[in-house]
Amino acid sequence: MIANLAFTTPLLLIALAVLPILWWLLRAVPPAPIKRRFPGIALLLGLNDDESQTDTTPWWLLLLRMLAVAAFIIGFAGPILNPEEDRAGSGPLLIAMDGSWASSRDWSGRISRVEDLLAEAGREGRPAAVVVLSEPTSGELRFQSADAVAATLAGVQPRAWEPNAATLTDWYGRLGSTDFETIWFSDGLDRATRTDTLAAFDAKGEVTIIETARPIYALTPAVFKDGRISVTALRSPTSAAHELTLLAMGPDPNGVEQVLATATAEFTIGADRAEVQLDLPSELRNRVNRFEIQGTRSAGAVTLTDDALKRREVGLLSGRDDQEAQDLLSPLYYLNKALVPTADLIEGVLQDMLLASPDVLMLADVATVSGAERDALLDWVDEGGMLVRFAGPRTASADIERNDPLMPVRLRAGGRSVGGAMSWGEPKALRAFTRDSPFFGLTIPEDVQVSSQVVAEPDPELAERTIASLVDGTPLVTRKSLGDGQIILFHVTSNAEWSTLPLSGLFVQMLERLAISTRPAEIAAEDLIGTTWVPEETLDAFGVVRDAGNLAGIAGETVAETPIGADLPPGLYAGEDRRLAMNVLPSDAELSPSTWPAGVTVEGILVAEETPLMGALLSAALALLLADILASLALSGKLRGATAAAVVLVAVTSMPEMSNAQDDARALQATSDVVLAYVKTGDPKLDRVSEEGLRGLSVSLFRRTSIEPADPLEVDLETDELSFYPLLYWPITESQPTPSSQAYSKLNRYLRTGGMILFDTRDGNIGGFGTSTPLGRKLQALAAPLDIPALEPIPQDHVLTRTFYLLQDFPGRFSSRDIWVEAAPADAEAAEGLPFRDLNDGVTPVLIGGNDWAAAWARDERGNPRYPVGRGFGGERQRELAIRFGVNVVMHVLTGNYKSDQVHVPALLERLGN
Amino acid sequence: MSQTAPTDPASTPAGLRHRAEAHASAFPALLAQAEHLAATVLLGDHGRKRAGMGDEFWQYRPTGHGDGLRDVDWRRSARSDATFVRQKEWQAAQSVMLWVDDAMSMSFSGGKDRPTKGHRARVIAMALCVLLNKGGERFGLANRGTPPRRGEGQLGRIAGHLMNAQGEADYGTPNARVLPAGSRAVFISDFLGDPKEVEMALTSATDRGVRGALVQVLDPDEEAFPFDGRTVFESMSGAIKFETLKANSLRDAYLDRLKQRKARLQDLARKTGWRYMCHHTNDPAAKSLMWLYQSLERGAA
Repeated sequence: MIANLAFTTPLLLIALAVLPILWWLLRAVPPAPIKRRFPGIALLLGLNDDESQTDTTPWWLLLLRMLAVAAFIIGFAGPILNPEEDRAGSGPLLIAMDGSWASSRDWSGRISRVEDLLAEAGREGRPAAVVVLSEPTSGELRFQSADAVAATLAGVQPRAWEPNAATLTDWYGRLGSTDFETIWFSDGLDRATRTDTLAAFDAKGEVTIIETARPIYALTPAVFKDGRISVTALRSPTSAAHELTLLAMGPDPNGVEQVLATATAEFTIGADRAEVQLDLPSELRNRVNRFEIQGTRSAGAVTLTDDALKRREVGLLSGRDDQEAQDLLSPLYYLNKALVPTADLIEGVLQDMLLASPDVLMLADVATVSGAERDALLDWVDEGGMLVRFAGPRTASADIERNDPLMPVRLRAGGRSVGGAMSWGEPKALRAFTRDSPFFGLTIPEDVQVSSQVVAEPDPELAERTIASLVDGTPLVTRKSLGDGQIILFHVTSNAEWSTLPLSGLFVQMLERLAISTRPAEIAAEDLIGTTWVPEETLDAFGVVRDAGNLAGIAGETVAETPIGADLPPGLYAGEDRRLAMNVLPSDAELSPSTWPAGVTVEGILVAEETPLMGALLSAALALLLADILASLALSGKLRGATAAAVVLVAVTSMPEMSNAQDDARALQATSDVVLAYVKTGDPKLDRVSEEGLRGLSVSLFRRTSIEPADPLEVDLETDELSFYPLLYWPITESQPTPSSQAYSKLNRYLRTGGMILFDTRDGNIGGFGTSTPLGRKLQALAAPLDIPALEPIPQDHVLTRTFYLLQDFPGRFSSRDIWVEAAPADAEAAEGLPFRDLNDGVTPVLIGGNDWAAAWARDERGNPRYPVGRGFGGERQRELAIRFGVNVVMHVLTGNYKSDQVHVPALLERLGN
Repeated sequence: MSQTAPTDPASTPAGLRHRAEAHASAFPALLAQAEHLAATVLLGDHGRKRAGMGDEFWQYRPTGHGDGLRDVDWRRSARSDATFVRQKEWQAAQSVMLWVDDAMSMSFSGGKDRPTKGHRARVIAMALCVLLNKGGERFGLANRGTPPRRGEGQLGRIAGHLMNAQGEADYGTPNARVLPAGSRAVFISDFLGDPKEVEMALTSATDRGVRGALVQVLDPDEEAFPFDGRTVFESMSGAIKFETLKANSLRDAYLDRLKQRKARLQDLARKTGWRYMCHHTNDPAAKSLMWLYQSLERGAA
């Protein structure tokens, strides 16, 4: 604090030396007496003062005066807090920026600071260069004039990865021979390359490090654990308890990207990580394609999910169990065991399962299906389903037609048995998988042996369709594509009857490879050898997912070994049969704040603004002097009520205005009369319509009812107090900003305490408040955080139809019938002989419609309608009804359910003509 | 109304004229004020409401022992068998001497909206003179020792005296030697000076059969002593000084002394058969005038 203090005229401070002299002077002078002529003096003669009074000023009064004088002196010396420092320097200036995902959050702040630095360097004629360490420029470091560098700043963008040791080492060698000063914008995270980089810069000259202490938040990849999705949020540095909102983003059933679920990550004090567990229905979970931290613009705050998170829905069907089932012999036992941990299994009748549209359908030794089932199956496969069939005695014995489309190959009837008791051959082992096979790279355990199989008819396509075979070349697994889906046949049983395959780990791996079950998040390096991964989506440093366009595919080896960087930008990569998310942070990532060796200058990014303290000090001095006046008056016994009040009044009025007189005036205006209010949308034209509409309605109310409203007021949801207004008219525009969460809590409080919001989409409700119109969508977005009860279209007997006028239609500029109000309780029933149900108490908190009422109510200065409504006399009738609706609404707000009281029933019945 | 300026041999004719004009301009105001004040007291003939020497018929009474034949009203007696004596109302002219304190202390006023004590004293005195004149009494000013007379001329003279009188002393002393024996006297002062002098004057006046009233004229400030802080008090001439550091601490002592002074005056008045009242300059003068007039009348009874 003191270090950041400077004076414009420090010489004045010498005057402080005079203070002791003043002290001595002031001490010696008692207060001057007052002379009075007074005839009564004759009676006074001989009286003595009952207490002897010091003739010097008390020390505290002296101190007060000293302080006042000192404040004056210091004040006039012009103190300035956080003075702008002149960064004097010479020689070339290198501005190095970490440029990682962690700096993207306040990138604009960094760039504006860089601009300042460059402007300064330009004034001093220093050449400069800017380098982003996460992707340093190739070639020798070149210094240009600072202005030229400043012109290129717009192109300096952060990267979604961190500086890479290899690239940096390469870059140190290209630093050139000239010495330079370095200003290093650090992103605030510690990493291995820090020391080397600092050493490289240090060797060239002075280094200043600029970094922010603001916490950095990041997400590690989501993993699937115990039936739940677990996402871990990290932060650096650790500080007080904090809550983050995590959003699970993904397409809704219509394909529109939106928030599918939210969760809160709670950092306890000092904790650097917070784990969030999400329990989502599988339908929803499979649609999630990324998690992100709400309100943080950084690639680290986004984690993409890939197939690893998706749980496949697998339908299992076996042939008719005519024998008493023994678990270990059941054809589905091993499939169940293999799939349960990683997939959602369904069992049942084929038709029912198809309705559930599973990803995979496994038929264990089901030889034939009925015609209808076959067609359904074919359609399903055609649309992308995966049909996996296992052979078995029935398949072997069935008379399968030559061209059964549900078989990848034609089978020879009967099958064959090798190495059984009755055969002369050995049980056959598996041949190593070929490169084309999806199983390529899997290790084949030696104890996997096949003793029986079904055999395919020789066929020109057989070799192509075989993806696994026995050592003697007979196919073990065959596959064919059909439409978007595929059909796979294991030529053995799914139990251990024909082979030991289901008993081995290979079986599970094969199922994984076939994308039947979910795969582990991490892919072993050897699995990636020889594969090519094409980026589909990439993540930029700001956490925005972008279409990858036509970026070149990346070899599997690179994916396995290279860290995220320029060669492997984070994003979603598609391989042959699966997708792989490369996230900014690995699952074992940790964030720790950067540490710098002693002696390195570290500054904050935000330069504290210059604050001149002169005014404050002079005010303080004046306040002290006023206090001195009061004290002196009190001392000399001249302090009376009036004097004190006057002095205090002067003191108060001379203070900087702290009262919010304007707010008070507004509050007074809003509360001294009934005032209708409308929400400021930011669209001046629309706001004028609202204003004129409410004014027109107010005039009508004034004329027709005992409600005599004052002029309507505009309400800014962010700043204004809402509780003064009985009714808020809220027209919806596409462009209006979504209120902040504070504004929403204010709105909710307003609604809970009896306020009413009249939403108007102004689109004639052509969309029925679905998402089909932009205004409807905006209404949904705006109203989502509001605490609104269940709604229903206004029933015929709603109290709104009779609060003042008897109405059945509620037109505005449009005449849609549909407006929505709070739903009546389910048990409300009309009593015998009464036209109305005994409805709930209270006022509906919201009224949603789209009839553009304000336009119908609006009147110009002369009281003429501002906007045309309908046509001819019918239009005027419609306008009249609109005004009546407005009157009814305001009456409803102000009188609540008064008219719903059954007392009024006879009168109403009479008016209704019964 | 004319007024001859008092001759001042030392002054030049021009100065004389100037002062004469100044006094003359103030004098009608004083007289007018006094007459205005006097008009508030309703007054018929200054009768004594008893039989005696006078011009007005009072009553017929049956002749009694010692009535001379000359006294019998034969006209009345002829209408009956008894003889009657016609009595006249007693109309005795009195001499009233006024002493108005003209010392410096009387020129004090505690507030801008209040007249000085001296002004108020002069107005009361003058109004009393006007009343006395209407009542046919003789009156005079003890300050100058002028003999009591009656008539407009005397009024003018007294007004002139009152206007010109300005003592040099801080406090005034009544002069009792000029009071004719058996006359009535009115002393108007603040009586803040030496009380012994007042006592002496009063006792010597009583010795000569003079009775009357004391009017103490005080400013409200003198009653309240609303001063605080370090103050130097000065008498009106500046001759006496008194300094205090905390004036408000003296208030109680001062008020106590003032009370004692009033009690002493009252006591003195009771002993000598005089009447005493205290008048404040913020009160209307008419009240005091009424009281003064009545006390003179009663004293005469």
